[in-house]
Amino acid sequence: MSALIIKNLAKTYANGFTALKGINLKVDVGGFYSLLGPNGAGKTTAIRIVCSLVEKSSGNIEVFGYNLATHPESVKMHIGMVPQEVNFNTFDTPLNILVNQAGFYGIKRSIALQRAKKYLGELKLWDKRDDISRTLSGGMKRRLMIARALIHEPELLILDEPTAGVDIEIRRSMWKFFKNINANGTTIILTTHYLEEAENLCRNVAIIDEGMIIEDTRMGELLRQLKQETFVLNLENELTEDPNLKGFTYSMMGENVLEILVDEDHGINDLFELLNKENIKVSSLRNKSNRLEELFMRLVDSKKDISEEHS
Amino acid sequence: MNLNLNMIAFYTIVRKEVIRVLRIWIQTIVPPAITMTLYFVIFGNLIGSRVGVMGGYSYMQFIAPGIIMMSVITNSYGNVVSSFFGAKYGGHIEEMLVSPMSNATIILGHIAGGVLRGLLVGAMVTIIALSFTKLELKHPLITFSIVFLSSVVFAMAGFINALYAKKFDDIAIIPTFIITPLTYLGGVFYSINLLPDFWQFASKFNPILYMVNAFRYGILGTSDIDISYAYIVVCAFIVILFTLSFVLLKRGVGIRD
Ligand SMILES: Nc1ncnc2c1ncn2[C@@H]1O[C@H](COP(=O)(O)OP(=O)(O)OP(=O)(O)O)[C@@H](O)[C@H]1O
Ligand SMILES: [Mg+2]
Repeated sequence: MSALIIKNLAKTYANGFTALKGINLKVDVGGFYSLLGPNGAGKTTAIRIVCSLVEKSSGNIEVFGYNLATHPESVKMHIGMVPQEVNFNTFDTPLNILVNQAGFYGIKRSIALQRAKKYLGELKLWDKRDDISRTLSGGMKRRLMIARALIHEPELLILDEPTAGVDIEIRRSMWKFFKNINANGTTIILTTHYLEEAENLCRNVAIIDEGMIIEDTRMGELLRQLKQETFVLNLENELTEDPNLKGFTYSMMGENVLEILVDEDHGINDLFELLNKENIKVSSLRNKSNRLEELFMRLVDSKKDISEEHS
Repeated sequence: MNLNLNMIAFYTIVRKEVIRVLRIWIQTIVPPAITMTLYFVIFGNLIGSRVGVMGGYSYMQFIAPGIIMMSVITNSYGNVVSSFFGAKYGGHIEEMLVSPMSNATIILGHIAGGVLRGLLVGAMVTIIALSFTKLELKHPLITFSIVFLSSVVFAMAGFINALYAKKFDDIAIIPTFIITPLTYLGGVFYSINLLPDFWQFASKFNPILYMVNAFRYGILGTSDIDISYAYIVVCAFIVILFTLSFVLLKRGVGIRD
């Protein structure tokens, strides 16, 4: 059994715009998946269909073996969702929002209060429980929606850009939180524009563009596709002349900054051997850009090239 | 359908609605108290003393049941339409849509909220009325059943209005252009026997006439129409409006893209 199976899902909105052109996705129980794609790719549309907030045009959805069309209650029971936009009553308090949400899932008030305490505590919102939610900061609002999504303890958690606009410290603590609940058995699907986040958290990745899935693989597999990487080296001493690194493509970006392309044939070990031989001392080294970012751009661009050729 | 789940969900909606009504009492409770007091002072006291007897009762007594019914109708409708449209507008309707509670529970919970507000305001207006005049309770069962059923009808109508509404203006159109005129023409302030034949006949197509008269019958024992028609009319409306809200909600009209 899979946590989620999406089959040939298509969506054309009332205005005639086709946001999804028949996507397929299979998410294993216990998995941690990321759904990546540029703005307007259809991520939110797909998520909202799975969560019964948008009507599909065609296709099939199964959650933990239950078909959404025939067993919507069972499907809904299994899913917790954090939407991209704030959608709680901003005039209500975090505690009320959580307890009411629990009530909608048939959870008794006494139990709901205990759970609200647990999740508001874990998400560092307990002190804010009786504040009017409108007065919460952006990051707090996101955390409130995460607590709300967990109140019925779903087996599948779907997060639509959960860390958008969240500061670095809180983002890291949210990552830890997600990893933790995933380790405890909750399947997670996450969309994000921070590719570092996907690389850090997810074991599987699907890339969606213009309503189609253009890549669906394991994170490691995807990163392995990246055959070249550009490194930026900061050098201890200024270079007075061309360092003559045979076999490598490189350029001097400043007197003590070198940018070097490392590929399959010339690995990073070879590079350092050469640098030692030339007596060039490296003080620090970094990737020119996030590896996944590079891949992402390449995948999305290559698809654009193809469609341009066809048109 | 899981009955226990839906019972808890129903209770959650009702509780939330009642708390909302009490929290914003300045918007929900105070305005009808002021308006209805003015009706009693101006129509009942000032004008009523010149009108004399209507339907066998003093004018103040005659209009009191109609004014109570009017406040029940307006508030039942107003509560559901503003709360449900507010949830749509604020996005928190999604909290209900992602949950496993049934569509019937969503409808019934909001109806119950509207009925409770309607009856609460109705009770308050009754107390105000009693400070102006004496009212009996000739047929308690008819009084309570008809006020309850009428409240349900208008709460449902408010729900449907909220489903179709796209902006705040849309929730004022029906009350302004349909409910208020029908209420004023529904025999709150006069007996339709005073009207020319044609308008008497036309009045019989106004459902509010039946509600007001049945309610007045329950309190005073006098009515322009046969009470059994009143029950037929309100029950028919309840069946039609509930079916309609159920179908609309299931189709996601106004709430799902
Ligand atoms: N209600 C709607 N009616 C018409 N078109 C819509 C509607 N909602 C979304 N769209 C369109 O569908 C496409 C996909 O939108 P969607 O929100 O799913 O993108 P996304 O991948 O989540 O983007 P982002 O990263 O910006 O959140 C967009 O072109 C959007 O304009
Ligand atoms: Mg989105």
